[in-house]
Amino acid sequence: MTVHNLYIFDRNGSCLYYNEWNRKKQAGISKEEEFKLMYGMLFSIRSFVSKMSPLDMKEGFLSFQTSRYRLHYYETPSGLRFVMNTDLSVSNARETLQHIYSNLYVEYIVKNPVCDSTHSLDSELFSSRLDAFIRALPYRI
Amino acid sequence: MVIFSVYVVNKAGGLIYQYDNYVPRAEAEKTFSYPLDLVLKHHDEKVVVSFGQRDGIRVGHAVLSINGVDVIGKNTADGKDTLEYLKDAANYPVSIRFGRARLSSNEKLMLASMFHSLFAIGSQLSPEVGSSGIEMLETDVFKLHCFQTLTGIKFIVLADPRQSGIDALLRKIYEIYSDFALKNPFYSLEMPIRCELFDQNLKSSLEIAEKAGNFGAGS
Repeated sequence: MTVHNLYIFDRNGSCLYYNEWNRKKQAGISKEEEFKLMYGMLFSIRSFVSKMSPLDMKEGFLSFQTSRYRLHYYETPSGLRFVMNTDLSVSNARETLQHIYSNLYVEYIVKNPVCDSTHSLDSELFSSRLDAFIRALPYRI
Repeated sequence: MVIFSVYVVNKAGGLIYQYDNYVPRAEAEKTFSYPLDLVLKHHDEKVVVSFGQRDGIRVGHAVLSINGVDVIGKNTADGKDTLEYLKDAANYPVSIRFGRARLSSNEKLMLASMFHSLFAIGSQLSPEVGSSGIEMLETDVFKLHCFQTLTGIKFIVLADPRQSGIDALLRKIYEIYSDFALKNPFYSLEMPIRCELFDQNLKSSLEIAEKAGNFGAGS
């Protein structure tokens, strides 16, 4: 059980935070382009899902899976988007992402008067706590 | 446990076949008096609710019929603009039916091509080597399964999240495609599939998959 990487986007599409723990293949484009592509893909998937859905949805898009990895998505009501890529054995990381939001993001970024949550998150405390949390998950890195 | 629809996309990303097996129509018909407490707006050639969710009528629902007569696009059946009609107090009380708008064939074509691109991006952004594109996409009300053949044809099935055996169903649909579309001498590759036997066999295998909940190989 592995976590490959994690992205945090704000509601305008800028990537606030990115970290990788076990990534074997780079996308072949610069990091900036990769963030834009990732955000664009998620935006399109959400629009696709809302049109395609046969019934009214409450939570919308949750995750997708390919032959090698699974992407988990969690969006807060304020438009903050958490995206985590794991291997196929993790079926539901929604609670993990909710925990990252409420116990790490809110605690160390929102409550920090110095941290500007509209720009790239450079709180060292947040990074180290997040890293420790991810490594401590029952997922093996 | 239900299979909602099946889409087949060719290797260029164009939709060549589409079948809606089960289309749940959650509609609400209510009688309103002037003034209307819902805020309506034009969106994509339809009139949709933009504010004022209540009683089964949700944001995003489209106006389906007024006083029992179906609306056509933005206009009522008489050709009058729907929003203008509803602003006129003389037309009240009026009975309006709201519901999720049915997808037009143009919209289905666009969505299929959109998925074709998303499938490729899913593979490009992979953190692991040798990943395929999106094989399964999950939401809270449906799961979308996709099987891409070696020749680039994608078979897409939208089903209930609890439905099992969809992988075997996708392989079965591929088998039906190769038997009744490819072996048909009047069918041209990559073109829309208009083969009766393909339709019939697809319908019966969907019925079997829904009943069994678990489609066995070799049926």
